[in-house]
Amino acid sequence: MKAKEMIARRAAVELKDGDVVNLGIGLPTMVANYLPKGIDVMLESENGFIGLGSVGESTDSNLVNAGGQLCGIIPGGAMFDSAMSFSLIRGGHVDVTVLGGLQTDQKGNLANWMVPGKMVPGMGGAMDLVIGAKKVIVAMEHCAKDGSAKILKICNLPLTGKGVVDLIVTELGVFRVTEKGLLLTEIAPGVTVETVKSRTEADLFISNNLISMKNVS
Amino acid sequence: MKNKQLNIQQASEYFKDGMTVMVGGFLAVGTPERLVHAIVDRGVKDITLITNDTAVPDKGVGQLIVNRQVKKVVASHIGTNPETGKQMIAKELEVELVPQGTLAERIRCGGSGLGGALTLTGVGTIVEENKRKISVDGKIYLLEKPLHADVALIKARKADKAGNLIYDKAARNFNPIMAMAADVVIVEVDELVEVGEIVPDEVMTAGVLVDKIICVEGC
Repeated sequence: MKAKEMIARRAAVELKDGDVVNLGIGLPTMVANYLPKGIDVMLESENGFIGLGSVGESTDSNLVNAGGQLCGIIPGGAMFDSAMSFSLIRGGHVDVTVLGGLQTDQKGNLANWMVPGKMVPGMGGAMDLVIGAKKVIVAMEHCAKDGSAKILKICNLPLTGKGVVDLIVTELGVFRVTEKGLLLTEIAPGVTVETVKSRTEADLFISNNLISMKNVS
Repeated sequence: MKNKQLNIQQASEYFKDGMTVMVGGFLAVGTPERLVHAIVDRGVKDITLITNDTAVPDKGVGQLIVNRQVKKVVASHIGTNPETGKQMIAKELEVELVPQGTLAERIRCGGSGLGGALTLTGVGTIVEENKRKISVDGKIYLLEKPLHADVALIKARKADKAGNLIYDKAARNFNPIMAMAADVVIVEVDELVEVGEIVPDEVMTAGVLVDKIICVEGC
C-alpha cells in the first residue's frame, strides 16, 4: 500500500458518525475515500458549503471544492458565504480538521503555509481551521522528499498555529500530542520503533499499549 | 425607481488609477469576469486589490496581476498564480496575506460599521506582528481592522432591477460581504428580472446595497 493511502486510511478512523469535518487540500482530501462503514460525516468546504460530495461528481463549474476541483453536494447540504463558512470554522462548529504539514513538532505546533524565500502560497483557511476545529489532525508523509525529518523538536518554518495539533498520522505510525510530548500509540506493520525514532527529530514516548496501525491492512 | 442598469463601458467609468477594489470569487469561481476584463481594457494602474486569492494567470483577477495593474494585493492565497509570487519577490507588488476567515471578517466589519474583529486566528504566528493584542476574559485575541473599498465588483446568478441578488452555489463566497463594504457596488449577473419576480425570502443580498447592475447576456 502506498504511503499516502495508508495515511488517509488511518486518519479516516478518527472520524465519528455525524462529525462535521473539514479536509485540507491534497492528501487530506483522500480521507473521505476510506471512511469506515456506517460512518457518515458532513464535509465542510471553506469556499462556502457543507455536504461536500466526491470530486468529479458534478460538471457544474460553480460547484467546486476549496482546491477548485469540480465536486458534488450531497442531499441535505447547504450553501453559504465566506463569513458564515469561517464562523462555522472559528465558532467551534467543525469537529475535526485534517490538514497536511510541512513540519510539526512535540509542542503541537504546525507549519504548513510557507517556506521563506522559496514558496509563499499563503495560509488560505488553515490558520482559522487550526484554532477553530475541535480536533486537529495532521496527515502527512513522515519525512520530506530529501529524507529530512518533518516531526521536529521545534518547527523552524513560520507557524500556521501554535500548540494546535492533537494527532499526527504518517505512514510509520500515529502520534498523540500530550503535555509531556509526542506519544507513539500505533506503529505501521513491519516497522520497528527504532526506525520511527531514527526518522523523527522530536523526542518520542512509546505507549505501553503500542498497537499496529488501524485500518491499513 | 432608479435605473441601476449599466453597460460595460459605463461601468468602466468607475475604474480609476489608485482605486481600492474588492473583487468576489474563490479561484475565479464567482468572479465577475466581464468587469475584470473591463479593468484590463481600461488599463487603470496602481490598484489596491482585495480578494480571496489571485486565481490563475488567465482567469479572474489573475489577469490584473499579469497585466501589472495592481500595486498591492490583500488576499489569503496567491499560490495558484505564479505571477503574483514572482512580482512579490521582485518587490514590484506588495502582498498582504490574511487568513481567509480573518479576511472575511475584516470585510464584514468594513460593511457593518464595526471597528474591527477580535480573533484567535494567527496568535503565535507572524500574522500577529504589528497588531494589537487584546485580552478578553483571560484569552488573548488579535485586533483585526476593517477593510473598505472604493468599488466592489461582485457576481450573482440573478438580480431584479432593484438589485436584489441570488447567488449560485459555491460562486457566492465573498460576494455578499463585499457588497456591503464599498462606496460603489457593481454586480454582474447572468439573468435580470423585474422587481417582484424574486421572492423576498430568497433574496441573498438586499437591493439597497447594490448600486449598478451589468447583465452578461445584455438582458
